[in-house]
Amino acid sequence: MLPDSSVAAAWRPGARSDTGGRTGTALSLGVVSTYLTVVVVLPIAALVWESQRNGAHTFWQVVSSPEAVAALRLTLAVAVAVSLLNAVLGTVTAWVLVRDEFPGKALVNSVIDLPFALPTIVAGLTLIALYGPQSPVGVNVAFTRTAIGLALCFVTLPFVVRTVQPVLQELDREMEEAARSLGAGEVTVFRRIVLPNIFPGILSGVALAFARAVGEIGAVVLISGNLPYRTEVSSVFVMNRIESGDSAGAAAVAVVLLGISFALLLAIGGLRFLVTRHERA
Amino acid sequence: MRRHLLRFVALVYLVAILLAPLAMVFWRTFEHGLAPVWAALSDPETLHAFRVTLLVTVIAVPLNTVFGIVAGLAIVRRRFPGKGLLNAFIDLPLALSPVVVGLALFLLYGRNGWFGGLSNHGIQVLFAWPGVVLAVVFVSLPFVAREVIPTLRELGDEQEQAAQTLGASAWQTFRRITLPSIRWAVVYGVVLTTARCLGEYGAVAIVSGRIVGQTETATLRVDDSYQNFDLTGAYAISLVLAVIAVAVLIAMTLTKPKEQSV
Amino acid sequence: MRRSLLLVLVLTCLGLAAASAASARRDGTTLKLVAYSTPKPVIGQIISAWQKTSAGHGVSFTQSYGASGSQARAIVAGQPADIAFLSTGLDINSLVGAGLVSPTWQKASHGGIVADSVVAFVVRGGNPKHIHNWSDLIKPGVQVVTPNPFSSGSAKWNILAAYGAERKLGKTDKQATAFVQQLFRHVVSQDSSGSNATNTFLAGKGDVLLTYESEAYAALAAGKDIHMVIPKQTMLIELPMVPTNTPLSETQQFISFCQSAPAQTIFAENGYRPVLTSVLKQPALKKWRLAYQGGSRLIFKIKDPLFGGWAKANKIWFDPTSGRMLAIEQAVGGPSGAAG
Repeated sequence: MLPDSSVAAAWRPGARSDTGGRTGTALSLGVVSTYLTVVVVLPIAALVWESQRNGAHTFWQVVSSPEAVAALRLTLAVAVAVSLLNAVLGTVTAWVLVRDEFPGKALVNSVIDLPFALPTIVAGLTLIALYGPQSPVGVNVAFTRTAIGLALCFVTLPFVVRTVQPVLQELDREMEEAARSLGAGEVTVFRRIVLPNIFPGILSGVALAFARAVGEIGAVVLISGNLPYRTEVSSVFVMNRIESGDSAGAAAVAVVLLGISFALLLAIGGLRFLVTRHERA
Repeated sequence: MRRHLLRFVALVYLVAILLAPLAMVFWRTFEHGLAPVWAALSDPETLHAFRVTLLVTVIAVPLNTVFGIVAGLAIVRRRFPGKGLLNAFIDLPLALSPVVVGLALFLLYGRNGWFGGLSNHGIQVLFAWPGVVLAVVFVSLPFVAREVIPTLRELGDEQEQAAQTLGASAWQTFRRITLPSIRWAVVYGVVLTTARCLGEYGAVAIVSGRIVGQTETATLRVDDSYQNFDLTGAYAISLVLAVIAVAVLIAMTLTKPKEQSV
Repeated sequence: MRRSLLLVLVLTCLGLAAASAASARRDGTTLKLVAYSTPKPVIGQIISAWQKTSAGHGVSFTQSYGASGSQARAIVAGQPADIAFLSTGLDINSLVGAGLVSPTWQKASHGGIVADSVVAFVVRGGNPKHIHNWSDLIKPGVQVVTPNPFSSGSAKWNILAAYGAERKLGKTDKQATAFVQQLFRHVVSQDSSGSNATNTFLAGKGDVLLTYESEAYAALAAGKDIHMVIPKQTMLIELPMVPTNTPLSETQQFISFCQSAPAQTIFAENGYRPVLTSVLKQPALKKWRLAYQGGSRLIFKIKDPLFGGWAKANKIWFDPTSGRMLAIEQAVGGPSGAAG
């Protein structure tokens, strides 16, 4: 593992100016912000504007309506659960794919991203076929809350795996070997040497998984049954609002979801910052 | 022992959540033989749909890749205020459901939208391929950045600094030191981005106008097949999308780092 | 490096070529048809038939199929369209509201309608639970599949049909509304669209699906193991096809063709009820005549005084803040409702 003094230098305020100089910074920031503005910020601004078009009172009315609250609670609960599940199982998967050898590993590695490439309709259809009323393995959880979790696990599976994999691949083994030769057990090596290095990667993947889980509609809408107050997630609620002609109300709930996701993403980013800082101290 | 346990856990998870569904797609595609598959895939409308999907992907992926690398470098290597905000903004597109993405793009580029006047000047954004590109770029934005950032953090910039003290220019440093070191991150990022572009349905369904033979993408074709009870066709098209995604992964992992890769 | 650069260049060229192909202009008139999601096969046949006539010769079409409400919103947002063929008059009215369709569209021939259907029940092959009319839907243990009324036009037809059937049986407004609530206690899946609901049912969930008769025929034609039941009291689903405010004369010619005997025959053969009922007298359509007109049924319409038209019915039942379905959904599924 490379000494991290240079990374620390980039973080500490008042340190030597960043790599590349000021014009480089301005240029990259210019490119990045322009792109982000056109692609992301403008659409979000339009949504925020739309959400408050009918006034704050109407905004609050939609957002606090019992159906919206029920959908929001369900969405957040399942998203958090799926993200944590991904954090653990995704890391295990990445570990096995990088460090282990078994027949068919290359094949497995090449299909990890397929939950993205498959249209969500097909994802929903296959999950219903496998785990629904006509399940060949006798598992029937379709049209329940469990099915929501299932669909979300499917669409978020690649995230943690793929954010941890490159870090693991670049990880310098010397420290681990040194620790082992000093008598440290496998768990200790993992906990004290590997984990701190892949933790930022895990956090990145978890952030992505959470964001996706909150916003997913395609696979969930087919398999959950969408029963209001019971198995209806926020994205479906928002869609129903749009379809009923209430785009301001839809935008309101979408903005609330966005706000919660944004706050969580900031928190994860902060956590990541703290973790890397603590490591260097 | 521990290794076997880890392997077991990973494989059970993968089989249940990923491999079984994929096998099911495979099986459902060929369930009724090759003829319906061929009929579905050789339909001119389907072929055109694949062209639209590929066109949109070929535009969106390089854009997001360049953005991801530039943004990743800026966030990890440079100092500026609001870094945390920028970081969070990059992930935000994922949190919007595709229906909301469609709504937002309508609000911007629709007839009564902020930029509704564009269509009066002959620039058709919605219901034409630029709208589809915008939607797809939006939903696949974070992946390269998210792959590159943790890897860059892990690596540190010692080697870059060494190169610069030896007189290398910024571009040379980037091309010969930085880029190869983030190779795997970029590979996985590109593969994720490509897969996402190929599979996007919800937002594209809204902004494309679903015009058969013009803006209908492969995923919209899947929906069309599904509507008409042609499940074999739906699965067959999905299988082709999956094959393309895997092919991209294989292609990217095969371009070996004898020299640098882009 | 050079090899991958070349690869990128080649791909970009391919991409640009595809782009130009995608936006290639055609010579001759092109009509832009924007339709709801299911009539693609039947419209395809009608277009082919029309193109063989002198009026339709040399006219080409661009077609778009999607959920009716979404298509209406797309047209309002600027999707170019000459002909709108949607599944509820409500969606056409939203086009009128945006100034894209004439407000007097219902004064056109046949009220602007080109084909009808009715609300039907789809049950498992052999009808194991013996479901024949609306009261069978609320028998203990019967599971119903219907889309969500706030996202699907099909669901709106279903609910209004349930309500209307009860009213026609002599129940009061209050009792009929209570019936709808009771019905929703039996609903096990509220998909976002009619096709998703059909798929949910075909995947094995539920005992009865509420859908269009034409959808049921399409599923039967696709070989699904189902049985269709048309209740004694049901609602007429009127499918409007209207021209937008475009100057193309071919638009009106096509719509007129759709209402003429050759096209109406094609509709009838594909499971849609023709508005030109005289075509059913043809000997070749005997089976369809028996299916559509056999058995005495009480079929009511959205324009009946009972409903007073789409605007009124939509406001009472499906308004997102005050509609009756809001209260019903909350009563059935909310904290004080039945267990989830």
